[in-house]
Amino acid sequence: MTEPSIPISPIFGRLTLAALPLHEPILVVTFIAVALGGAAVVGALTYFRLWGYLWREWFTSVDHKKIGIMYMVLGLVMLLRGFSDALMMRLQQAIAFGGSDGYLPAHHYDQVFTAHGVIMIFFVAMPFVTGLMNYVVPLQIGARDVSFPFLNNFSFWMTTAGAIIVMMSLFIGEFAQTGWLAFPPLSGLGASPYVGVDYYIWALQVAGVGTTLSGINLVCTIIKMRAPGMSLMKMPVFTWTSLCTNILIVASFPVLTAVLALLGLDRYVGTNFFTNDFGGNPMMYVNLIWIWGHPEVYILILPLFGVFSEVTATFSGKKLFGYTSMVYATVVITILSYLVWLHHFFTMGSGASVNSFFGITTMIISIPTGAKIFNWLFTMYRGRIRFELPMMWTVAFMLTFVIGGMTGVLLAVPPADFVLHNSLFLIAHFHNVIIGGVLFGLFAAIAYWWPKAFGFKLDPFWGHVSFWCWVVGFWFAFAPLYVLGLMGVTRRMRVFDDPSLQIWFVIAAFGAVLIACGIAAFLIQIAVSILRRDSLRDETGDPWGGRTLEWATSSPPPDYNFAFTPVIHDNDAWADMKKRGYERPLTGFRPIHMPANTGTGVILSGLSIGLAFGLIWYIWWLAGLSFLGILAVSIAHTFNYHRDFHIPADEVSRTEAERTARLAAGVPA
Amino acid sequence: MSAATTHEANQGGRHDHPGHGEHANHGHDEPAHGTLGSYLWGFGLSVLLTAIPFALVMADTGLSARLVGFLIVALAAVQVVVHMIFFLHMNPRSEGGWTALALVFTLIVVVITLSGTLWVMYHLNANMMPVHSMSDGL
Repeated sequence: MTEPSIPISPIFGRLTLAALPLHEPILVVTFIAVALGGAAVVGALTYFRLWGYLWREWFTSVDHKKIGIMYMVLGLVMLLRGFSDALMMRLQQAIAFGGSDGYLPAHHYDQVFTAHGVIMIFFVAMPFVTGLMNYVVPLQIGARDVSFPFLNNFSFWMTTAGAIIVMMSLFIGEFAQTGWLAFPPLSGLGASPYVGVDYYIWALQVAGVGTTLSGINLVCTIIKMRAPGMSLMKMPVFTWTSLCTNILIVASFPVLTAVLALLGLDRYVGTNFFTNDFGGNPMMYVNLIWIWGHPEVYILILPLFGVFSEVTATFSGKKLFGYTSMVYATVVITILSYLVWLHHFFTMGSGASVNSFFGITTMIISIPTGAKIFNWLFTMYRGRIRFELPMMWTVAFMLTFVIGGMTGVLLAVPPADFVLHNSLFLIAHFHNVIIGGVLFGLFAAIAYWWPKAFGFKLDPFWGHVSFWCWVVGFWFAFAPLYVLGLMGVTRRMRVFDDPSLQIWFVIAAFGAVLIACGIAAFLIQIAVSILRRDSLRDETGDPWGGRTLEWATSSPPPDYNFAFTPVIHDNDAWADMKKRGYERPLTGFRPIHMPANTGTGVILSGLSIGLAFGLIWYIWWLAGLSFLGILAVSIAHTFNYHRDFHIPADEVSRTEAERTARLAAGVPA
Repeated sequence: MSAATTHEANQGGRHDHPGHGEHANHGHDEPAHGTLGSYLWGFGLSVLLTAIPFALVMADTGLSARLVGFLIVALAAVQVVVHMIFFLHMNPRSEGGWTALALVFTLIVVVITLSGTLWVMYHLNANMMPVHSMSDGL
């Protein structure tokens, strides 16, 4: 597909019919399936007249709860895409032995492993984590919304735009074949002349705008909008970890933006920042992108550490053990995460002194993480543990993550890393911590907060099926990779010569199929729960005996979250309120000032897709018009004076009275 | 962007913890607004701190290029401080100390990033780059 000599037309740039992958049967079938599925969804939405509802109630919503849910939906959709890539790789590696070439040609296989990494980190893990923080943080701190509600909607749509750009590359042109961090010189114009790397750059730049703005928004929210009485050391642990995560986002994503901008300059205007000659230095790219990349892994895991803290305390029926040490451990990790980036390239040749320093800092960062594990264990110790689904995920996390952490410390030893670098051992390690930490945490969080978001619990049976498929499937899929890595098998291989390795790849593929069952069971769980929602209904708003403020309001919470801003006296605010015999206020409601919905976020995101598409395909008129459009719409939005409204006091009274009636009719807890 | 429009402290008459309300009651938390005098001071200092580097380059001072480079970087750093004080109104008390805390964090991250990068790239350059390009790697 790399055809550098394509003429650039003034209308279509370098986009020609040849860019459509009609000669690749896998892609054609995928495209037909996606087109049919998409047409069915569009048809159904039109038939049931849902477009207006979606536009008014969801797409243009500035409500942090709805935006949070939309982030989760985006993450789930992209999980299906990223996981299909994973299945394709596992299948390819399981059959490409003994002279067989497998079923994926090299340039397709290389796109698959690149897309898998990019999608799983940027468009699965990040939306999931951001969505979770968006939904939960304002509720936990007793706020009505985030600091900048419109910005929140805009951030979501920019993230979505990035995801759409990646998805377009599947059917128009190609995606990068460089690995998920697109190291030059491979990602430079010489080795990757076609559109793949440009798709990569612009997808991440567009999504990066959303991520950075949402980070600023949540930092601001947590610092400025806590309920009265909630001093920093009375914040729930999840809010603490969210604060640290968003500080990391604000401080590290600009580095990614800058390094991708420099790579873009190299590719578009012929600069030589990262080229091999004319004074460029590709090692600088590796250095800079890991200065973002290491904080990024803590951006992903810290919020889930918060989730495990909430879940462990709730389901052990106890205050969290060592709240203060948990907070300090989080802050220490935040700082230390900036001091370890070189462990991603020990083998690049910086020498003994540099490697020793970063090896030692890497080992040090496991100490606060270990402290957290002990805090959770001591919270469970002599607690009255209820093994509901969120708690099961938490225990599975602890067992899995500790193994991943230990192999991480192993990789932190530079001499060991020289042997294991770039091997499947590394792949097994980071999947061990990302699946065992981030993903298990997300499933715990979804099971835990689903009743808050929708007013009914998730079906436990399908939840258990999903849980066991995931946990067992994870070990089947990645334990063989540890073994293979120790035997010296490197990552990103398409075909193998040594037939004795095949059995391990077959086992790994079996594990991937089990995980596929886990994902299917999760989707079934959602469907079954929606169908059986009446029998799973929770009217109390506090189905688990929760301890933090989000459980004080109804499920789902009203648009305004809390009719009266609560006053906080203790760091398990809701547990404290229940202990003191808190009574819901029933009268004296006042009008509530709320932000108004706006479609500007959707429009700006659409224009950003146009801008990126124009830049990727050298369609300069499209890029120019889209850019002018972005400026015009942004300026026009500053003249939008319909930004807020008041929910009248009677409407608040009515909503609260309905809840009073439901509470009275509900089961006596 | 409707900053904090959603959030008047609607506390139903319970004001027993007024000191912690990060809500509408700003007042002492509010960032200081500059006076005409302070803006003029900031402007004058900025002009001065920009003019000196220009002069160092344009005038034939006889200083070594390396020394001039260091001087320019140093003056730029001073100018950053001038901007923070006179234009961003940063002081240890603004926004309840959050601005100062953010500054300290920024400094830590920037120092780690810059010094770490210089250290790492110096070694990489010395160990890995071909000899003919040793001088232009950094």
